[in-house]
Amino acid sequence: MHSITVTVNGRPEYLTVPPNMTLLRMLREVLALTGTKNGCEAGECGACTVLLDGEPVNSCLTLAVEADGREVTTVEGLAEDGQLSALQEAFVELNAVQCGFCTPGMLVSAHALLARNPRPTEQEIKEAMLGNLCRCTGYLRIVGAVQTAASAAADAGGAA
Amino acid sequence: MTTFTSDPVGKSVPRVDMRDKVTGAAVFADDMQFGPGLHYGRLVRSPHAHAIIKKVDASQALEVPGVKAVVTGKDTPTRIGLYLKDRFIFALDRARLVGDPVAGVIATSEEMAEEAARLVEVEYEELPAVFDPVEAAQPGAPLIHPELGEYEVVNFIFPEPGTNISEHFKLRRGDVESAWPRCAAIMEGTFRLPQIEHVPIEPHVAVALWEQSGQVTLWTCSQSPFAQRDLIAQSLGIPHGNLRVISPYVGGGFGGKAGVSMEACAVAMARAVQGRPVKLRMTREEEFICTTTRQSLVAHTRIGCDAECNLLAMETQYYFGGGASNEYGVNIARAAGYSCTGPYLIPNVKGDSYCVYTNTPIGSAMRGFGMPEIHWGIEQIMDQLAEKIGMNPAEFRRRNCVKSGATILTGMEMPAVDLVACIDKVIGAIEWDKRPSASAPHKKRGKGMAIMWKAPAMPPNPGSSAIVRFNEDATVNVEIGAQELGQGAFTVVAQIAAQALGVPYEWVRVSAPVDTKYSPYEWQTVASRITWSTGNAVKAAAEHARGQILEVVAEHWEEDLADLDIKDGMVISYHSEREQPLQNMVVYGLPNEGFEGWKGGPIVGTGKFMPTYVTNLDFETGQGARAVVHYTVGAQAVDLQVDTDTGQVEVLKIASAYDVGKAINPDLILTQIEGGAVHGLSSAFEALQFDEKGRPLNANFVDYRIATIADVPREIHGDIVETPLEDGPWGARGVGEHVMVQTAPAIANAIYDALGIRFTDLPLSAEKIFLALQEQ
Repeated sequence: MHSITVTVNGRPEYLTVPPNMTLLRMLREVLALTGTKNGCEAGECGACTVLLDGEPVNSCLTLAVEADGREVTTVEGLAEDGQLSALQEAFVELNAVQCGFCTPGMLVSAHALLARNPRPTEQEIKEAMLGNLCRCTGYLRIVGAVQTAASAAADAGGAA
Repeated sequence: MTTFTSDPVGKSVPRVDMRDKVTGAAVFADDMQFGPGLHYGRLVRSPHAHAIIKKVDASQALEVPGVKAVVTGKDTPTRIGLYLKDRFIFALDRARLVGDPVAGVIATSEEMAEEAARLVEVEYEELPAVFDPVEAAQPGAPLIHPELGEYEVVNFIFPEPGTNISEHFKLRRGDVESAWPRCAAIMEGTFRLPQIEHVPIEPHVAVALWEQSGQVTLWTCSQSPFAQRDLIAQSLGIPHGNLRVISPYVGGGFGGKAGVSMEACAVAMARAVQGRPVKLRMTREEEFICTTTRQSLVAHTRIGCDAECNLLAMETQYYFGGGASNEYGVNIARAAGYSCTGPYLIPNVKGDSYCVYTNTPIGSAMRGFGMPEIHWGIEQIMDQLAEKIGMNPAEFRRRNCVKSGATILTGMEMPAVDLVACIDKVIGAIEWDKRPSASAPHKKRGKGMAIMWKAPAMPPNPGSSAIVRFNEDATVNVEIGAQELGQGAFTVVAQIAAQALGVPYEWVRVSAPVDTKYSPYEWQTVASRITWSTGNAVKAAAEHARGQILEVVAEHWEEDLADLDIKDGMVISYHSEREQPLQNMVVYGLPNEGFEGWKGGPIVGTGKFMPTYVTNLDFETGQGARAVVHYTVGAQAVDLQVDTDTGQVEVLKIASAYDVGKAINPDLILTQIEGGAVHGLSSAFEALQFDEKGRPLNANFVDYRIATIADVPREIHGDIVETPLEDGPWGARGVGEHVMVQTAPAIANAIYDALGIRFTDLPLSAEKIFLALQEQ
């Protein structure tokens, strides 16, 4: 067992985890943060995407001990004080969600993209989200929602 | 700001489940918490496609610390099944596919369960296996279910004991033999579709608890909580009232979570460790192979028309590869039989549709339920006939497609639909007559179209029911047994309830999770039937509640009931212009003058819907008064280009139009149209692959590719046609499955337009197209 300190969605957590526990299982089974989904446990579907120090990773392929001393952001950390982020608002507004199982990973991947590239092109969005599979929506509204959120952020920035 | 939507039917109101789904709060089956007492299950699966199980020895497995029990086929000796009880929960004497569950290990951790599962020793005697449905249907093929004649079966399914044929549906209309000589053009072909998987992003999960009192609870991601209760209760001998199925949000179903698959294993395993919940979770590999798949199909089809392009005759044999169990799949072959012409009026038809056992994964319900399979061939032949006669394929389809009131192949009168309008919409949207060039010299561009029909394929009498209750503040709880799979069912029933009650949409809550102990009965969330069937039940329940409210107020005001109405949550009188808010009165009633007594009380509306008019069909001819409840029809057209250097297909645009009767929520229909078009596109390139022993070769996301964000067209255009359905709520009928039915043949027709090459077998792999180009 290893003792680790991880900042999860802005709050420090002191945990004891077995060496082979994945970050996905730590989030879901130790912290009961079940927003991060388990779709394949092989790094192929993207449903378990979280941010590790701001970078998107498949939490099913990341060991919990690798997160020691680092910051993890999950879908539960995207809204602030109960206010949806512009990205979440855009997903709602455009009906970019159906069953919702891929949505947490989609949101986290898109969040990371917008953080490093506030005005991504359609091609850049597709490249950034290639690892996030969805079987319901046909993806077009997800691309649209990321573009909408980017525009909203640019407008807000322009007004400030 | 509080939003307030009056009369929501027909409006694109926001989904009720959105906020939960974008914040991670939405609970799926795997997210439910059961505490430290939770046990874990792992299944021991057959490595052979067909084998006698001679011995199962669990003694070594039981010695692993933390292992609590091992369950085998001896513990589940009663067969289970929806239409044909042909499957053991755990294989008893015979394994029929690679992956058949032979035993289940229960332990205190997943790791221990997995380790112990490897220690269960099973002695097999391999049997000859058969994988192709046509081969399997021949006399002398290895028999997969020798006891077929003993199986319990519903009275509209006709197995042929002594063969591998679990259902043979015969359609005989007119006289094909005398019609062929009158045909100016006849086209025929053999068309093949492989087994494909639903690939929901959420794998199957089930947790079961068998209490010592005999109460049993199953938590699972399910399209069919009530059907699961019924089938598992029958097979395991549980009184229905003692088995409670609870199903939270479903992370994609597409038919794969309909009926019973691994859930019954979880319940049987829980019986062995009473008082402890047992969790069984499919790995992605198990999800691909060991839950259910779409059946394979081999179709031999021949269609002819006269010189004026009137369709005259069709002869077809459909061989569905149903896999190791056909308990649900028999009805796919039946549906393909009674709809075997596709959406066309053909006076002379001879159709034979077979469901055939094969030693492959279990074929079952999948979005389209036989229709994507049969339209694959039909829609290519229609293009070939149009070409041969020298007619535009759109015009060919306009002339020959089903029309309202016409007598269709089963002798039933076609309910009102406007397929011609759908054709016109997609032809317009795709700019059918324009011939744009490809984006590069090594690419070739083409356009293609296809049309479709599909009826809800069900027993004749699947029921829905609903309860509408008021809270003190006049918000409303709607209880249904139908499930939210992502299609938007909860939103649509909230709209229907609000509209029928006369309250704002935002006042309505849909009770979740579905819980068979508290939710009213629903057959299954399948067949694109929820908007129509559950919608009717919810409308009836809301009207029942509304009637109770108006009676109380009419008596209170001493007014005529006919003068009263409910608008925006207020009872109003058109006569006296008085107003009475619903708040409080819907629970406490209204006081008499001077508080000399009270009227009314808590308002609870109940409603049900069940089609009562569907008839069985004649065994020899498939003829009958009313084969199905209704059909939904639609058209699609695609614009694509093919890279002649690589064989890769790039779909540029898909245009779809469907006649939904009435769009309760137009934007939700467009989301189905878009997602369905991509599902259909993806399905044209998918195939489960097996080696010569029936072992899976590509049961993972890398080797079995589904459409990614990079594969989708730049534009998916959707149009909605509204020809009201006689018995739909505000005329609505379902559209959730139809949106992918004809995508693959539309693509094949466009590839032919681009290359002049016909592909009769799916998948449309780049390799296959490249090799065909080389040959050309």
